[in-house]
Amino acid sequence: MTIQKLLIANRGEIAVRIIRAARELGIATVQVYSKADKDSLAVRLADESIEIGPPQASKSYLNQTTILAAAATTGADAIHPGYGFLAENAEFAAAVEAAGLIFVGPTAHAIRLMGDKVAARKAAAAAGVPTVPGSDGRLESPDAAFALVEKTGFPVMIKAAAGGGGRGIRIARSAEEFHHLMPQAQAEALAAFGDGGLYVEKLIEGARHIEVQILGDGHDVIHCFERECSLQRRRQKVWEEAPSPSLTPAIRDKLCSSAVALAKAVDYRGAGTLEYLYDDRSQEFYFLEMNTRIQVEHPVTEMVTGIDLVCEMIQIAGGEPLRIGQDQVHVHGHSIEVRINAEDPAKGFLPSPGTISALSVPSGDGVRFDSMLYQGYTVPPFYDSLLGKLIVHDEDRPSAIRRLERALVELSVEGLATTKPLHQALARDPEVLAGCFHTAWLEPWLEAHAASLGAAEPSPTAKVVR
Amino acid sequence: MATQQIFSPLPGIFYRKPAPDKPDYKSDGDTITENDTIGLIEVMKSFNEVKAGAAGKILRFLAENEDAVMAGQAIAEIDV
Repeated sequence: MTIQKLLIANRGEIAVRIIRAARELGIATVQVYSKADKDSLAVRLADESIEIGPPQASKSYLNQTTILAAAATTGADAIHPGYGFLAENAEFAAAVEAAGLIFVGPTAHAIRLMGDKVAARKAAAAAGVPTVPGSDGRLESPDAAFALVEKTGFPVMIKAAAGGGGRGIRIARSAEEFHHLMPQAQAEALAAFGDGGLYVEKLIEGARHIEVQILGDGHDVIHCFERECSLQRRRQKVWEEAPSPSLTPAIRDKLCSSAVALAKAVDYRGAGTLEYLYDDRSQEFYFLEMNTRIQVEHPVTEMVTGIDLVCEMIQIAGGEPLRIGQDQVHVHGHSIEVRINAEDPAKGFLPSPGTISALSVPSGDGVRFDSMLYQGYTVPPFYDSLLGKLIVHDEDRPSAIRRLERALVELSVEGLATTKPLHQALARDPEVLAGCFHTAWLEPWLEAHAASLGAAEPSPTAKVVR
Repeated sequence: MATQQIFSPLPGIFYRKPAPDKPDYKSDGDTITENDTIGLIEVMKSFNEVKAGAAGKILRFLAENEDAVMAGQAIAEIDV
């Protein structure tokens, strides 16, 4: 292992997760922190820590110059970007390498290629991976766009070429709407991303979100099977599981092979995820985009495959070839992750920063809690609301859901509101139990159930019958 | 005339304009009504408008654009 000292250019639960993996590999850690994060768990756990600026992310966690200076000051020889912030910033990856350091992730070229949605679509098509019917590239003119859409059929999504995370998307259900929305979408894309490039895709209604985890070393690529993340609010995932309850073995095989083909075509290095839409009526899947980083929901894959993805990505960055062959990757049982956010589901998901007055963390067989919390910690208002992830594993999906309910009863975070009541309600919902949902399922469900999400949870002793 | 302060209702980052390339909601010396928006507070990536809460004239802002503010912190002084 060439990496001796790893700087973590991130915060929160993922920083804690990376410190733990590095320590198990015998690598020293440096945690960078903003003024708002000096009391964070990551700062407490890391071997060293260094302040990089004020609370605003734009002036601390997104400040490339300061982060590179922190690496130089502390003598770190590698930088792990986590997810978010600089994780998919090709310029940063290049700057890290130009400074003679190791970037724990793919090459700047791969980040750039997959970050351009049009280029990624082209790469997918070239590798034989199905993509959603639509324009093969940026739209040349409104007339050409309309001719294409007439072939594809409505509804269509108009997307910003430089967009991501659900931003810059318009849906047109008729020719009239399309003519109305095109100029708006272009102006918005230009204002938001500095690039007015657009493309169109057919909207696959009622589709599921399924993604394949891959690992590559720049030469060889393996997949670690799929995750299903169809339960989403405002295009943000709230519940993720592996394996997907909706795939047949044949479709699973085809989907995972296609992900490997695409990752191989770009000589991918590190951990990555290929996201797909899956229509379970037609059993067709379509490539959406590739995330060139570790993802929030990686633990469900770790729980079913037994592979430590963060550890593997650090080893690969250190120059090691893949240590696992495809024939060694197997899925055992079922895993579910729910995101515990500092938001009040009974009040429209109102953010709820504050001090943790008491904390009780679930444990026991098949339960994992990846978090940044400790009693007395004050959750700052400046970053996203993710407090931790509750991950369960059991032999099959029904047992995993029962284990999730048990672990949620044990989880107690006092002093602020959390999304725990939402997950308790989802774990009891008949359609969730049956695995019958899609990416547009959760929002109307939330509208229908808003009133009940603030209800007092049943006490664990309430079920005792004398 | 009396001087009053407008307080931040939430902790977070204070913005004086709706978007980086847009003009400020209000400037020193501007006349305001009770329902006028004087800024945004970003808390955990969600944006919340700050209303003046009283009619009058803005004397000065006590928090700059993109300053970190606490709940209850004075962000502007107005003459009512």
